[in-house]
Amino acid sequence: MLTILFDGVAYGMLLFVLACGLAVTLGLMNFVNLAHGAFAMAGGYVSALMLNRWGVPFVATLPFAFIIPAAIGLVLERTLYVHLYGRSHLDQVLFSIGLVFMSVAAVDYAFGSQQQFIRLPAWLQGRVEIAGVQVGLYRSFIIAICAVLVIAIQLVLTKTRFGSRLRAAVDDPRVARGLGINVNGIFAATFAVGSGLAGLGGALGAEILGLDPSFPLKFMIYFLIVVTVGGTSGIVGPFVASLILGIADVAGKYYVPAFGAFVIYTLMIVVLVLRPQGLFARAR
Amino acid sequence: MPAEAGSRSPVEAGLRHRPRWRWQETVFWILAFGSFFLTSDKHLLVSEIAILALFALSLDLILGYAGIVSLGHAAFLGLGAYVAGLLAKHGAGEPLLGLVAAAAAAALAGFATSFLVLRGADLTRLMVTLGVALVFGEIANQAAWLTGGADGLQGITMGPVLGLFEFDIFGRTAHAYTLVVLFILFLLARRVVHSPFGLSIMAIRDNPLRARAVGVPVNRRLVAIYTMAAAYAGVAGALLAQTTQFVSLDVLEFHRSADLILVLVIGGAGYLYGGLIGAVVFKLLQDAFATLTPQYWLFWIGLILVVLVLVGRERISLHAHGVLGRIFGRLGLPGRRVAPLAGGEPRP
Amino acid sequence: MTTRRDLLAGAAMLSAALAAGGAFAQEPVKIGLILPMTGPFASTGRQVEAAVKLYQQRNGDTVAGRKVQIILKDDTGTADVTKRLAQELIVNDKVTVLAGFGLTPLALAAAPLATQAKVPEVVMCAATSSITEASPFVVRSGFTLPQVSAPMAEWAAKNNIRKVVTLVSDYGPGIDAEKWFSDTFKAAGGTVENLRVPLRNPDFSPFLQRAADAKPDAVFIFVPSGVGAQFMKQFAERGLDKSGIKLIGTGDVTDDDLLNDMGETALGVVTSFHYSAAHESPENKAYVEGFKKANNNMRPNFHSVGGYDGMHLIYEGLKKTNGQGGQALVDAMKGMSWNSPRGPVTIDPDTREVVQNVYIRRVEKKDGELYNVEFATIEKVKDPAKKK
Repeated sequence: MLTILFDGVAYGMLLFVLACGLAVTLGLMNFVNLAHGAFAMAGGYVSALMLNRWGVPFVATLPFAFIIPAAIGLVLERTLYVHLYGRSHLDQVLFSIGLVFMSVAAVDYAFGSQQQFIRLPAWLQGRVEIAGVQVGLYRSFIIAICAVLVIAIQLVLTKTRFGSRLRAAVDDPRVARGLGINVNGIFAATFAVGSGLAGLGGALGAEILGLDPSFPLKFMIYFLIVVTVGGTSGIVGPFVASLILGIADVAGKYYVPAFGAFVIYTLMIVVLVLRPQGLFARAR
Repeated sequence: MPAEAGSRSPVEAGLRHRPRWRWQETVFWILAFGSFFLTSDKHLLVSEIAILALFALSLDLILGYAGIVSLGHAAFLGLGAYVAGLLAKHGAGEPLLGLVAAAAAAALAGFATSFLVLRGADLTRLMVTLGVALVFGEIANQAAWLTGGADGLQGITMGPVLGLFEFDIFGRTAHAYTLVVLFILFLLARRVVHSPFGLSIMAIRDNPLRARAVGVPVNRRLVAIYTMAAAYAGVAGALLAQTTQFVSLDVLEFHRSADLILVLVIGGAGYLYGGLIGAVVFKLLQDAFATLTPQYWLFWIGLILVVLVLVGRERISLHAHGVLGRIFGRLGLPGRRVAPLAGGEPRP
Repeated sequence: MTTRRDLLAGAAMLSAALAAGGAFAQEPVKIGLILPMTGPFASTGRQVEAAVKLYQQRNGDTVAGRKVQIILKDDTGTADVTKRLAQELIVNDKVTVLAGFGLTPLALAAAPLATQAKVPEVVMCAATSSITEASPFVVRSGFTLPQVSAPMAEWAAKNNIRKVVTLVSDYGPGIDAEKWFSDTFKAAGGTVENLRVPLRNPDFSPFLQRAADAKPDAVFIFVPSGVGAQFMKQFAERGLDKSGIKLIGTGDVTDDDLLNDMGETALGVVTSFHYSAAHESPENKAYVEGFKKANNNMRPNFHSVGGYDGMHLIYEGLKKTNGQGGQALVDAMKGMSWNSPRGPVTIDPDTREVVQNVYIRRVEKKDGELYNVEFATIEKVKDPAKKK
């Protein structure tokens, strides 16, 4: 069933956009940020509000769905997160769960608890048939955006000066500082971009995953699964993991609906037991 | 704060000194049982606190003493609750029987999953425990013929405790019952952590390599303590099922595990009383906020967490250590700090 | 230690406050309203709370010479919290009536307490049929799923639909809907294929693909109201609407509260339900107007009307018993009839279940807004699950 495969890929890609910011903070900066979903939710709400209150076209809201969460991420990173880099994972978990709770209640207070909807423009609705396979337009759109993002992120991390500085700052902040690298600035920028990507994912995913104040809690688990299964070595691991999980989830629900919900969790446990560091462990 | 092992000569004296029963502890338990007479209209709340305290005690055993982080401890709570609930539903209404069965089932599950948890570092452990809890939750949801699925397990009728004390609507029996079970299991835990076995667990927490070098069978000890903690959580679940006479999928939800860590952090991990104090504070806070702002109490709980971490758990507990110094400070209970889950290290 | 003492002090103060409160107001009638005000089902809570307030605003807060005091509690949609709150309300606050209950497990959790304490439990939202059988003190003012899904099957069978795929959320109400739709539809000569979706399901696409592969005339759907919109969009995205597959369901899917935000994809969906904000009657017009005015233009949905009628039931019952609760109040509620915003309503004296008209509606655009416009009525539907 190619259609199932296609849906799985689209779902996986979406998971990847949502989770890749976390892959960066967790994988590269070694910070357990469970509040990642809150940034995704922020992006979704930015998009939904602009669309529904001011009538901005959907595609035009996407840049804002990136910029605003990125800005929030930057501010929070500078004021709060920065104090927690050196702390234990447990501290980070607690801190970010606290942030999640606050964001859930705050969004509920500001916008109400109901679902927010995003109205897609006509050219993104419906589906076309390509070589005998039914392909949803919106899902194709998601796949295209995600593919571009994957390549861009990978290039930035491996080929640019910023990427190498980031890797240096992560591997040994003190030496990196000694070499004149602005470690704090790099961390802040990385965090902001990660949050922005989450926001973009939230906006793109609102159509498929839904959007309400409990979003960060509902999907936190999915993000974490992607990152832990993918390993923390970079962006390729989480990407492959997203695809595998997306396809496994969709196919599992199609072929064995009764066990659909187990597939993704069982897969995670099996992978982690066989390869505790994830599929793509960093060679050390 | 007592040094980890003390210097050479007073070691033996210290080890003998530590497990001694303090008067402060006596006062604590007198007050705990006194609550039965003093808070006549809060029986329900107190029994909820006692159950949460037992659950937190269970997490303290693995987090505070063995240094194993878990985001999925609710798996055992839920298992215990369902076992006790199902037993009662199908005729075996004696609560104590339910406790034993729940403990056994949870211990078995803890034993089986402990091998998964032993692998990997903190982050992997967080994920694996979380995954186990999610799978348990999904099983309970799917096996609707057994568990009632999303509708919850209906029709639980509890027999009287020991054939004598009927569960009443004011929650008096539940109050006394949960407190007594908590107290007994607390004594057992206290005995265990002061035993050579408990000391070896702490040695593993502080430095696994060194522990292994001096001949402690690291993995076996961790499996043992994890199994024991699971059994405790199972009992907490059984108490929950028996006192509410109802089990729903909620007992396996993620927020149970998350709240639990919060409880332990409020109270402080690694000296057994942390979970108990944390449970009291947490429930009272939750109750107070929920009364003040029924819709947005989550926000304030979140804020407390954030502030708690930013100000520094260590500093707060040190401060508390000063304030409560006369009471708890020289309890001499070992541990008294969370295992060093260093943020910057063991990266693969 | 400190905390322990604080606990005691707090408890002492609290009991003092309670005692004082009791002494001041001359025995008000207390109604314990337990609703999910936070969590994924918070919108249910808000709707009912708003309706209860509206009812009190219109009908005053005294009944049979006594003040009516509403004690609102948030159970976060968690059953054991519901149970504890219900118990506290009964034991500490000595409420005369328990009301609310957003979800089936929550209502069931409180039912044994209602029996034990002989406190009537007015179920305003939860819709699984079995709830009223859980305790002789449960009275329902909302609706039951068999009640609204069986008429849908009858309508479908009469309107050239021969093959249906049902797609329901995998929990009590969903299974109820599936069973009663399928049974009724099969009895009328149709064929049915059943699919169940996990309650927490981010992506419907695999299930929709299965439904599409079966090539039915229509897809019957039941999902909790918030998720309905997502479903409908994916239904359209998959092109199922264009391939001639009709979408039918119970009214939860086209919840009035959310309908407007669903957009054009919802147009033409046929549902059967007991309440629509577009119901043509003077009572309803006044109700919708008042509700919107008091609540920042929020549109009332079926949960709100369950809450509103629940209050009416309690008020009228108390008038009959002169403020007395317990068995007398339940007896007073039995057989009561009135004209609700949704139409004529009766409480079946045998089952304590609401008997009401069920309407077949289609989503249409009216004055630039989407509404469930009723076009057929099936009068006085009893819960079919309780017909002998």
